[in-house]
Amino acid sequence: MALSPILRSEWTKIRTVASTRWTLATVLAVTAAMGAGLCALVDATWDQLPAVERATFDATQMSFSGMMLGQLAVLVFGAMVVGTEYSSGMIRTSLAAVPRRGTLLLGKVAVATGLALVVGLATGFVSFFLGQALLGDHSVGLDGENVLRAVTGVGLYLALLTAFAIGIAMMLRNSAASVCILIAFILILPMVLGVVDATRKVAYYLPNSAGSAIMQTVPAGPDVPYGPWGGLGIMALWALAAVAGGLLVLKKRDA
Amino acid sequence: MIEAVGLTKRYGAKTAVDQLSFQVRPGHVTGFLGPNGSGKSTTMRMILGLDRPTAGHVTINGMPFRELPNAQRHVGALLDAKAVHGGRRARTHLLALAQLSGIPEKRVDEVLGVVGLQDVARQRTKAFSLGMGQRLGIAAALLGDPQVLLFDEPVNGLDPEGILWVRNLMRQLAAEGRTVFVSSHLMSEMALTADHLIVIGRGRLLADMGVQEFITHNAAGFARVRAADTAPHGTQTLGEALVKAGGRVLREPDGALRVTGLALPQISDLAHEADVRLWELSPHKASLEEAYMRLTQSAVEYTSTEDPRAELFEPEPLTVPAWEEDAPPEVPATTAAAFYAPPPPGAGGRPFLMPRRPGDLARGTGPEPEPEPEDAR
Repeated sequence: MALSPILRSEWTKIRTVASTRWTLATVLAVTAAMGAGLCALVDATWDQLPAVERATFDATQMSFSGMMLGQLAVLVFGAMVVGTEYSSGMIRTSLAAVPRRGTLLLGKVAVATGLALVVGLATGFVSFFLGQALLGDHSVGLDGENVLRAVTGVGLYLALLTAFAIGIAMMLRNSAASVCILIAFILILPMVLGVVDATRKVAYYLPNSAGSAIMQTVPAGPDVPYGPWGGLGIMALWALAAVAGGLLVLKKRDA
Repeated sequence: MIEAVGLTKRYGAKTAVDQLSFQVRPGHVTGFLGPNGSGKSTTMRMILGLDRPTAGHVTINGMPFRELPNAQRHVGALLDAKAVHGGRRARTHLLALAQLSGIPEKRVDEVLGVVGLQDVARQRTKAFSLGMGQRLGIAAALLGDPQVLLFDEPVNGLDPEGILWVRNLMRQLAAEGRTVFVSSHLMSEMALTADHLIVIGRGRLLADMGVQEFITHNAAGFARVRAADTAPHGTQTLGEALVKAGGRVLREPDGALRVTGLALPQISDLAHEADVRLWELSPHKASLEEAYMRLTQSAVEYTSTEDPRAELFEPEPLTVPAWEEDAPPEVPATTAAAFYAPPPPGAGGRPFLMPRRPGDLARGTGPEPEPEPEDAR
């Protein structure tokens, strides 16, 4: 069965529910607003910053500091795209119409990830320009070193995070459970592992730590074992694994 | 054409569907009947490839559902009227489903018209009543103009007009040569809608036959006779005469007699010969409902337990009149309702008085004749 009818159907599904609009609008609004606020704060308190921080200051990444919260909305988006299909029973109606489960899931991942990419790119650019405008003398332009890569990286990062969330939700089949697991995995686990030196190296390989490298213009540190694209690749592997797991569950288990 | 062979589904130790084999043929409405929890929905889900059978297989037009090319144009199904995202509008819900198989948008408006939802097409489905949900589900099933249609309890929640509409729709779809498979736990509804019945209980096949055949095979009628009160021993005289002639007689609480095994004219003749005036002689045909209850009684999953105070509400039971006592059958200890619902043939025992000779109302279908004292004749 061709993918294109399924893409069209998934697009209709995703654009006709309210949760898509408010979760994705939240991503953009929260990321940009919080980034702008922090940029303004940094600009106002620049003179009090330690010399080391001033030397390694990454103006681009500073304008993306709202991502910490903004990415939560993307997790909710990904979890709800799948979770509402299960909670409403729509998945059975869909599968009773299209028995090719693999194609159906891939169509869903493609549409949701594509949409997240578009919103993510918009988020990247809006946050960047807003943040730089507020950073005053310390700002950089889009033509700065690695800056364009970092700004588009926001889109790529959010797209991969969406795919990861969809895969997890496909395995758990429940929005709330998926959001809890995702927050624990994406936000809390890196913090816990980062406390001790021995486990900090493990934390580098978690999806968000690895993926964040793409949004930095200044290398994170000497002990980080990958560059920006390497980090994104690690995150892509995580997303791939989650989607493969979801596919397996969808194919094996009764719907 | 749907064909199931040895279809079995187990959930752990519980067997939901057990060795089910049947065919659903085109051009008929086939009713799929069973009490709640008897495995109807599980069977339907297996037909649609949603659940994998533990054993056996089921095909649609010779192919497993998951291998059907462009399945939506072959098979349409209503499984659950509530399986809709409540935040989506009715029309976009159908549109998303239609796009799955490349069905043109025009068809969405067509089916909305067919089910009568055109005026609420742009409302969000969470505001829909159960009946509207059923209509939306039927619309989804019709989208691909399929040859095989499955409906799981389509009349649930519909008003009488809606029920009539569904009934006519099913019959019309079957008349167009389609395969229509409708599940229900309501025998009365199926009696009016279906041509053919597949009855299951506890996941097992209990019957697979035409509706008429089902009634004659599984139900027995009786005649109610009431002798005039004016003669002091009218009822007794009449009863003795009827038993002598080979009838089986039960006395109802109000004094009327329930006669099986004798034709109405014969009862009238006997009464005339015995010089008893009759105030009532009426035929009572067992309904499909009674036949169904009788068949599935032992296969009901959820039965209410006995209320210790039930005897307070029980009507007076049927009694075996004195002239029958020399041929003692088991007296039904239960209420009058049990009269219709003895265990299915083969369950053993003789729970109530059934005609059991050729020429009886239930011709050749009662429990196997067992040796019994025939001295009453």
